[in-house]
Amino acid sequence: MNQRKAPIYEALLRLKSMRIVPFDVPGHKRGRGNEELAEFLGRKCLEVDVNSMKPLDNLCHPVSVIKEAEELAAEAFGAEHAFFMVGGTTSAVQSMILSVVKNGDEIILPRNVHRSVINALVLCGAVPVYVNPETNERLGISLGMKVSEVERAIKEHPNAKAVVVNNPTYYGICSDIKSIVKLAHDNKMLVLADEAHGTHFYFGNGLPVAAIHAGADIAAVSMHKSGGSLTQSSFLLTGKNVNADYVRQVINLTQTTSGSYLLMSSLDLSRRNLAQNGGAIYENIKAMVGYAREEINEIGDYYAYGKELINGDSVFDFDETKLSIHTLDTGLAGIEVYDILRDEYDIQTEFGDMGNLLAYISVGDREKDIERLISALSEIRRRYKREKTGMLDTEYISPKVMTTPQKAFYADKVQIPLSKCADKVCAEFVMCYPPGIPILAPGELITPEIINYISYAKEKGCTLLGTEDLETNLINVIV
Amino acid sequence: MDLWFSENHTKNVKFSVRVTKQLYSNKSEFQQIDVFESPEFGRFLTLDGYMMLTEKDEFIYHEMITHVPMAIHPNPKHILVIGGGDGGTVRELLKYDCVERIDLVEIDEEVVEVCRKYPPQTAKCLDNTDGRIRFFYEDGLKYIRHCEDMYDLIIVDSTDPFGPGEGLFTMEFYGNCSKALHDDGIMVNQHESPFYDEDAYAMQRAHKRIVSSFDMCRVYQAHIPTYPSGHWLFGFATKKYHPLRDFDPKRWEKLGIETKYYTTNLHKGAFYVPAYVEKLLSDVE
Repeated sequence: MNQRKAPIYEALLRLKSMRIVPFDVPGHKRGRGNEELAEFLGRKCLEVDVNSMKPLDNLCHPVSVIKEAEELAAEAFGAEHAFFMVGGTTSAVQSMILSVVKNGDEIILPRNVHRSVINALVLCGAVPVYVNPETNERLGISLGMKVSEVERAIKEHPNAKAVVVNNPTYYGICSDIKSIVKLAHDNKMLVLADEAHGTHFYFGNGLPVAAIHAGADIAAVSMHKSGGSLTQSSFLLTGKNVNADYVRQVINLTQTTSGSYLLMSSLDLSRRNLAQNGGAIYENIKAMVGYAREEINEIGDYYAYGKELINGDSVFDFDETKLSIHTLDTGLAGIEVYDILRDEYDIQTEFGDMGNLLAYISVGDREKDIERLISALSEIRRRYKREKTGMLDTEYISPKVMTTPQKAFYADKVQIPLSKCADKVCAEFVMCYPPGIPILAPGELITPEIINYISYAKEKGCTLLGTEDLETNLINVIV
Repeated sequence: MDLWFSENHTKNVKFSVRVTKQLYSNKSEFQQIDVFESPEFGRFLTLDGYMMLTEKDEFIYHEMITHVPMAIHPNPKHILVIGGGDGGTVRELLKYDCVERIDLVEIDEEVVEVCRKYPPQTAKCLDNTDGRIRFFYEDGLKYIRHCEDMYDLIIVDSTDPFGPGEGLFTMEFYGNCSKALHDDGIMVNQHESPFYDEDAYAMQRAHKRIVSSFDMCRVYQAHIPTYPSGHWLFGFATKKYHPLRDFDPKRWEKLGIETKYYTTNLHKGAFYVPAYVEKLLSDVE
């Protein structure tokens, strides 16, 4: 196929030139009905905020331009099929899970999955089987799954339907996905990949292997993160072991019937751009991040980690486009550096957790901004460095699953103060956002260790969410 | 021929100069560089369409950014100039025998080359062969990060807070400057104009950031016809010297340096800024 084509974008251009009189939704009618919005977002933007119609195809049931755009995307990513998703990668992940497991089925997953994975389990009633990811003690981050751990989970749960893999984690850590695929397939299980942070693996050179290329069966790919499309647009990719038409039915259970053409055209154009220029784009990003990593490590006390973490198993590969920085040796938590950068230096980074800071470097970054980040980090160390006392060692806390996420979520429950929650079973999520990885998921036992961790995260200024109580002072527990 | 160079000073105000010809036009790695010939201002240099210097009025800017701090510091030997590829600031610095070394950090080598060729009244000093000038063609923000306790005076002779110079108006830059100075060091910077709203806002932001990096911060002014509103400010930041109390006019006058704009009396007056400017500054201090 011709990857220079962008069928949805081209159809929208044709539609504009046809000057069709709209007696359909949306009611702003090419922006005329909302001057303020047209002024703010730009008239050109509202002109193509249109609804499904014959020349533009229909996302729920593609037969023409969307179909062609999906085929082009599938080819570009090397997948059997690609679905345009407009409800974020969250919706892609959920459709991926719902396509594969139903009530009572077991699914093997690393505990450091995104909340959207466990949300899907709340919806469908499947039973999670957690593989504890390794932890790097110095950095306080979860790593990938060891193949031997996956193997053990498969042996203990031979009827599980699928294995979920983060490819990579938020911090850029990859498991040995090829071996996991082989292991899973040998045991008649599918492999599902959360590639929210891995779009570039499909296009860059010398990056970790992309899930579909490694033989995974379904992958949720966040085009809007490293791929440059609009927020909330995403791809769901399937391989040859999966019935794509059934997957589409599952997607249509929850996805809007008014798919946004702003989002779809952004996917179409970004795919075209990456298919043609992706190699050069990610080469440039790797160079920028490599430079930043070297300079930051030269400042002292910061540790911007890279490929040296690779250990052949729980860190099978590392995504060099990720700029993850360990901050604890400056005496500052990652979240504290994150806050100082924004409040005093006007620099917004992706997230800070207890011990790490993540700066997201992508197709839109400029060298001079990288210089600002490096200089600001150097200044923060000079001005704020303190003794490393009183910092909580953040260890991976192994979850004790008492019941399924669905049963816990819908159980009779009561809100009680966090401090009184020890030994109760949690009925909701508690997580820091970002990264959105649950500290507690519905159905898990609340231990004093976890209470301590949550209190510490709040004290350091992490944004906690997931609980019904927006202040996270009260937690819903099963009666 | 009716040929004019125009620069928008605001969305609603335009400043125009009749030109007789364009001497140079090229997009460098960093910016668009143009040089024009004009009947009123002589040759002038623009970067990304903004007036940087004219042969007729550049002396005002360059004298004021240089002689004010040089007259306050009792013994300035090691000077860092960031930006200033046109050479005007270096020309003024070379008038002092006490200056042992001038490090010029300019991101765009092409600006230096163009100025050597076209308005040579500022740049010909860069051919100085007594070994006092060192050239560094790199990002000022990056250069300064590696400097500690090295300079008596830093002159930030930058473009505007957008474009290639934007990193030179940041908190991290001023903090690094403070680190790069000796304990009795002085930093002087191009501080924008207080008059039009957008410029005033940029000026306030810069001031606020300098205030949080230095013990003492003052602002002084000059009148520069070709810059927006003509009323221009310079920032004066230090860890030790007060710009008026530590100023010894006689010491400077004894040096016998010839100037067209700067005088020791003007020095004192320049620090007395209008009431509305005082308010803009105190609002962010």
